[in-house]
Amino acid sequence: MSTHTETHDEHAHGGVAIYTRTLIALLILTAVTVGAAYINLGSGNIVIALFIATIKAILVALFFMHLRWDRPMNGLIAMAGFVFLGIFIGFCLLDFSSRNAFLPTNLHHTEVPLAPGSAPQAYTVPVPEPAAAGAPAAAPAAEKK
Amino acid sequence: MSTTSIDLPSHGGHGHGAHGDDPHHQHHFTTMEQQFDTAKLGMWLFIATEILLFGGLFVGFGMMQNRYPREFVEAHEHLVRWQGALNTVVLLISSFTMVLAVESAKTNKRAKTVGFLALTIVCACIFLVVKYFEYSHKFEEGWLPGKYYHAVGDSIAGSHGYATFFSFYFMMTGLHGIHIVVGIAILTWILLRAKKGEFSSTYYTPVELVGLYWHIVDMIWIYLFPLYYLIQ
Amino acid sequence: MEHALSPGARIGDRPRPAVNYLNASKGIMSWLGTVDHKRIGIMYLVGVLTAFLMGGCFALLIRLSLLTPTHMLFGKVLLTAEQYNRVFTLHGAIMVFLFIIPAIPASLGNFVLPLMLGAKDVAFPRLNLFSFYLWLTGAIMAIVAMVLGAVDTGWTFYTPYSTTTDGPVTLMILAVFILGFSSIFTGLNFIATVHKLRAPGMGWFDMPLFIWGIYATAVIQVMATPVLGITLVLLALERSFGIGIFDPKLGGDPVLFQHFFWFYSHPAVYIMILPGMAIISELIPTFSRKTMFGYRAMAYASVSLALVSFIVWGHHMFVAGQSQLATVVFSALTFLVAIPSGIKVFNWLGTMYQGNISFETPMLYAISFLILFAIGGLTGIFLGTLSTDVHLTDTYFVVAHFHYVMMGSTVIAFIGGLHYWWPKMTGRMYNENWGRIACGLVFIGFNMTFFTQFFLGSQGMPRRYYNYPDQFQHLHAVSTVGSWILGLGLFITLAYLLASLRKPMDAPDNPWGGTTMEWLTSSPPIEHNFEEQPVLEREPYDYRPVVASK
Repeated sequence: MSTHTETHDEHAHGGVAIYTRTLIALLILTAVTVGAAYINLGSGNIVIALFIATIKAILVALFFMHLRWDRPMNGLIAMAGFVFLGIFIGFCLLDFSSRNAFLPTNLHHTEVPLAPGSAPQAYTVPVPEPAAAGAPAAAPAAEKK
Repeated sequence: MSTTSIDLPSHGGHGHGAHGDDPHHQHHFTTMEQQFDTAKLGMWLFIATEILLFGGLFVGFGMMQNRYPREFVEAHEHLVRWQGALNTVVLLISSFTMVLAVESAKTNKRAKTVGFLALTIVCACIFLVVKYFEYSHKFEEGWLPGKYYHAVGDSIAGSHGYATFFSFYFMMTGLHGIHIVVGIAILTWILLRAKKGEFSSTYYTPVELVGLYWHIVDMIWIYLFPLYYLIQ
Repeated sequence: MEHALSPGARIGDRPRPAVNYLNASKGIMSWLGTVDHKRIGIMYLVGVLTAFLMGGCFALLIRLSLLTPTHMLFGKVLLTAEQYNRVFTLHGAIMVFLFIIPAIPASLGNFVLPLMLGAKDVAFPRLNLFSFYLWLTGAIMAIVAMVLGAVDTGWTFYTPYSTTTDGPVTLMILAVFILGFSSIFTGLNFIATVHKLRAPGMGWFDMPLFIWGIYATAVIQVMATPVLGITLVLLALERSFGIGIFDPKLGGDPVLFQHFFWFYSHPAVYIMILPGMAIISELIPTFSRKTMFGYRAMAYASVSLALVSFIVWGHHMFVAGQSQLATVVFSALTFLVAIPSGIKVFNWLGTMYQGNISFETPMLYAISFLILFAIGGLTGIFLGTLSTDVHLTDTYFVVAHFHYVMMGSTVIAFIGGLHYWWPKMTGRMYNENWGRIACGLVFIGFNMTFFTQFFLGSQGMPRRYYNYPDQFQHLHAVSTVGSWILGLGLFITLAYLLASLRKPMDAPDNPWGGTTMEWLTSSPPIEHNFEEQPVLEREPYDYRPVVASK
C-alpha cells in the first residue's frame, strides 16, 4: 500500500524547523512569564500569567499537536472542551460573586408583644383574615416599618 | 432501497479494496487513511475529556482561592519557583523530542524514532525526580493535604485555607504526575515496538496518538505552573 | 396486517443465511472476548435489564413500605428508617448509573447504529468491549457496596452528609466513577463512528434521526461525564483526606458540590431522554408510513437539546443557597430548553397526521411516549418556574416529574425500540397480542403510580420521607397498587420476549417496512452486517414503494 504523502493535509507540513522555532518561542515565553512574576502588578499578575500560558498552549496545540495542518474538526473538538469548561467556570463564578448581592428586603426584627417571661420571636408574618372574602392576603409589606 | 456493490477507490492509487495488504488494517475501515483519521479523531475526543477532568480541579481551585485569598497567597510561598520553572522547561523539551519522534516515525527513520522516544522518557523521569524532591520537602514541613496538614507558622491560625491549598496542590500535581507515569509506561511500550520496526510512513498511528497524549500532559503543566508557582 | 408495498426483502425473497452473528462462533469465550458490536449490544442488553430488574425490585419495596403511614405491614415493620434510606438510594443509583444512562445507547445503540450507517462495526471495536467491561466492573462494585451495607445518602450524594456518614460510600463512588468512564468511551466511539463510517452517499442530513439522537447523546457523554468523574474523586478525597472543598466543617462549600454534581447530572438526564426520542423518531414514521415532518428541525433540535442542557443545571439548586441572580438566570435558561422538546413533539404529531397508522406494539409504546413525555416535560416547566418551585421542590411533585420523563418516556421508548428491533436482533417475532396487553398494563400502572404523586407533592408530601401524615394515605395506596400493575406489565413483557426465543428463527428481514439500512440485512444479521457495502439511494423515511427491479 502506498504512502500517505500523495494525499492532502498535514503529512506534507510540519518539519524540524517549525518544531524548533516553536520550542524556542515556548522557552522565551516561559522566561517572560517567570520574569513577569517578579514585578508586582496586583491582580494583573494572574491575568498576565494565564494569558501567556494560553499563548503557550495554543502554540503547543497548533504546531506540536499538528492542529495547524489538521482537519478543522479536531481543533473544534478541543475548543469544545474549553468552551464547556468555560461554561462551568462562568456560571459558578456568577453564583459565587453574587451570593450576597441581593438581600431579602423584608428581613427585619419584628417584636410581637408576648406574655411576660416568654421568648420574643424574631420575625412574624401576619396571618390573613379568613373572613375577608375576595381580599388578597395581607402581605408582609403591610407590616413594614 | 437496494444494495449495490461498489468498488471503493483506495487513496494512493491501488485499484482494489486492499484489505489484506497492511497487517494493521482493520476490516471495518475502507482505507488506512480513514483508519488513521478516525484514530486521531478518537484521540482528540479523549483529549476533550481530559480538559474537562482537569478543568474541574481548576474550577475547584479557583473557588477555594476566592474563599481564602490570603491563606492561598501565603501558602504559595512554600513552593519553590525555580523547581517549577525547571519542570516546565523539561516538559517543553520533552514535547519537542516527542514531536520529533513522530516526525521520524513518519519518515521511516527507525533509529531516530527510538532515540527521540528515549529522550522523551528521560525528560519525563527528570520531571518526576524534581517532583520527588518537592514532595519530600512538603512532607517534612507538614504541608500536607486536608486533615494531615500539620505545619507551623501560618499567620491566620486555625484557618482551613492552608490545608485546602495543599489539598489542591497535591491533587492537581498528583493527578498530573499519574498521567506522567502512565505516559512513561506507554512511551516505553511504543519505544519497544519502534525498535522492532513496527512503524513506518504507512503506519505510525500509535506514535502520533501517544504524541497527542504527551502534549496534553505538557499543556496541563503549562497552566499548573503559573497558577501554583507564579502567583504572589 | 399487510402494509402497503414496502421496500426491503420480505420472507421468501432471499434465503436466510445459515450463519449469522449469533451462531458464527460458539462458546462463552467467543462472547466474552467478542469485538462484534452486535454481540456487545446483546451483552449490554442482558446487563442493563438485570440492573432494571434489581432497581425495580427496590422500587416495589419502597412503594410497599409507603403503603401505610407508619411503614407497618401486617403489624410488622417492613423497613426501618435507616434501611429505607438505603433502599431509595440504591433504587436511584442503580436505576440512574447502572441502567438508564447506558441502556439505550449501549444496547440498542450499539446494535443498530453501525447497521443504520451501513458500516461493518463501530469505529473502535476493542474500545467498545472495554466499555462493556468497565460497565460490568462498576456494576459489580455497586453490588458489592450493596452487600456491604449500602449507602444512605440518596443517589445525589449531597455533602456534608455524604462526606461524614458511614457505610461503603467510597466504594459506591468509585463504582460510579468507573461506570462514568464506560459511558465516556461509548460516546467517544459513537461520535467517531458517525463522523467516519457512514455509507457512501450518506451525508449528515441523510442519516436516520436515531443516529442524530445517539450522536447528540454521545456529545453530552463525552463532555459532561468527566466532570462527574472529578466530582466523585473530590468527594472520595474529602471523605478520606478531609481536603476541605465541600464540607463546611473543613472550610468547604456544600453548594459547590451541587454545582459540580449537577453540571454533569443535568446533561445526564438528556443522555437519558435523547436516545428515547431517537427511537420514537424511528417508530412514528415507520408506523405512520409517512416521512418525518420537519427532518432538519428534528436534527437541529437534537443537537440544541444537547448543547442547551449544559447551561441549566442550577435549576436543581434553586433553594440550595445559590445566589438569587444565578437562580433567576438558570430559571430563564430552563424555559429555553423546552423549545426543542416542543418542536420534537409537534413534529412527531405532524408526522402522524394523515399518516397510514398501524398499532403494533412498538407504535403503542410510541403513542404512550407522546402522552407521558408531554406530561413529564410540562411539569418540568412548572418546576423550572421559580415561584412554583419554591413550593414543589423536594416534594413528590419532583419525583412524579422525573419518573414521567425517565420512566414514562425513556423506558417506554426503550421498550418500544426493543420490540421494534427484536426481530432484527433475535430473528424471531414476539407475540403481538401479549405485547399489546402488556403495553396497556404498563401504561395504566405507570399513570396510577405516578400521576397520583403529582397530587401528593402539590399537597406537600416531601420526597425521601420514611413516613407521612394520615391524610396522604389514600394517594400513597393508589400509587402502590399502581406499582403492582406496572410491575405485572413489565414482567409479562419479559416473559413473552424470552418465550419468543424458543421459537424457530422465522422473522423476515423487514417485518415493519422500515426504510433505514438495518432492514436491508437479514434478521439476525450476518457477522459482518452486510454482504456488500450498501450505498444510500433514497432520502430517509421515504416510504414510496420501490419499483421492482429484480
